[in-house]
Amino acid sequence: MSKKAFRPDVDAPEWKGGHAPYDIIKEGTIAIVVVGLLTIILATFFGSPDEHAVTVRTWSNADPVDFAQTAISELNGTSTTASYGAPYNTAGDGQQLGPLKLAKWVGVRIPVNTVNDFIIKPLKSLPNEPTLDQNLATWTSASSAQQTTWVNNYSKAASKLTFSNGHVVVPSTNAGPVPVMIDDLTQMARSGALDQALVTGGGYYATDYTKPLLFLADSGYLANLADKQHLTGSQWGMMNETGQYPGQAWLWLYTFWYQVAPFNTSANADVQVWGLMMVLSVGLLLLPLIPGLRAIPRKVKVYRIIWREHYRS
Amino acid sequence: MSTTEIDRQWTTRLRKRVAGKLPPEKLLPDTQPAYVASWIYVFGVTTLAALSIVIATGCILAIRGPEWWHGSYIGHFVNSLHLWSVEIFFFAMIVHLWGKFFMGAWRGGRTMTWMTGCVTFFASILAGFTGYVSQTNFDSQWISTQAKDGINATGGGAYFNVLNLGQMLMWHIVLLPIAAIALTAIHVILVRIKGVVPPYAEDSEIAQ
Repeated sequence: MSKKAFRPDVDAPEWKGGHAPYDIIKEGTIAIVVVGLLTIILATFFGSPDEHAVTVRTWSNADPVDFAQTAISELNGTSTTASYGAPYNTAGDGQQLGPLKLAKWVGVRIPVNTVNDFIIKPLKSLPNEPTLDQNLATWTSASSAQQTTWVNNYSKAASKLTFSNGHVVVPSTNAGPVPVMIDDLTQMARSGALDQALVTGGGYYATDYTKPLLFLADSGYLANLADKQHLTGSQWGMMNETGQYPGQAWLWLYTFWYQVAPFNTSANADVQVWGLMMVLSVGLLLLPLIPGLRAIPRKVKVYRIIWREHYRS
Repeated sequence: MSTTEIDRQWTTRLRKRVAGKLPPEKLLPDTQPAYVASWIYVFGVTTLAALSIVIATGCILAIRGPEWWHGSYIGHFVNSLHLWSVEIFFFAMIVHLWGKFFMGAWRGGRTMTWMTGCVTFFASILAGFTGYVSQTNFDSQWISTQAKDGINATGGGAYFNVLNLGQMLMWHIVLLPIAAIALTAIHVILVRIKGVVPPYAEDSEIAQ
């Protein structure tokens, strides 16, 4: 019976050399003490960042025109969320990986109707607003075509919006109830009531911030704050955190792909980068089984530095 | 009860199997092969030490809830300890991973050791990410609203909603720590069973 050939990238030689004393408990204890002290030193000298969360209230008070313009984009269907597609709505096809429309196939699982969820329902929750109630009734009873005409007329004037004496001022336009709705929504946002209405849409207790975060993310305000903190995609994006902190540096490869062609100009960059990272991750996982790749460490010979004492002897 | 009957018991068979695979001298060794003599070996135990501090500081943060650290000096300091232990954890883990790659540490029947290490790395990335989006501050708002597009594009966002604080927090403090600890335990047990991978054989040794 022939002896099986030794495969240097799969098999390990049997160790016939000596052994040295090894106190595993002592080693572990020293490691915890040293890492603990290092952690305390780093935490003491550098702390951790904690920029206050942005609220719809702070946004609408800091930039009421941006808020009103974002609100009208939710109403006319041009905001990022309104035109997103799955998992929020069916307004867009979403990204695709070659012929694979993964998000679309999964479908709408977290329904978000920007008109109802961001505008109409919150406004209806306001008590004792007879003028608003009348305008909402006009909106609700109007045909879809009429609503679209009003919204389009208002949208044409949206770039000329101003904010004066606590109200959104829009040039004279035939927009039906829309000016009152946008102005009252802005008042509601500036009071803080909209934050609550967006979160508690499903009941008293709430831990799901999907709707207020989507609304905030549709604004220019949040992106401007992120840009000042060097957090946008072109600035290595979400691996960073505010201030001079390392952030999720381990995501560097994932974030790297967004900076280079073809991903930095691709409309399907997200799904392409995810696909690439999945392939690379599976490759790393299965590396011991892949001929060629598993031979790399033997060929580059870094191991001779690691085990230099062994090879010297 | 006969000896044969006792031998057939599930408990007896499990005990014998565990004792055979992992006798006490392997679980808690007092010697190691002479080739285990490099600074690169420090990073495995450093990763474990950092993980224990990550878990300890996370437990302290959990006592008073997710928003405690915003308004408390002590809470903020514990959060800083949590953050920096995470940074050390990932630094040590990645150096450990590269070290094991250059040692070809999957050789000699250690493929599962390599794979459990990789899966632990992936689970840790997810744990770190869910922590960042559960901070309840501007960072978590920005990171979650940016990250949603990536995972939504794969279809996964329909089930793993990064904008849902409750879901992310539960993953961060329950599911992923359990996964990370269990995977780490399996990984360490496999290291103890199989031992540390020996150096590559010289060509002359292979020829023999």
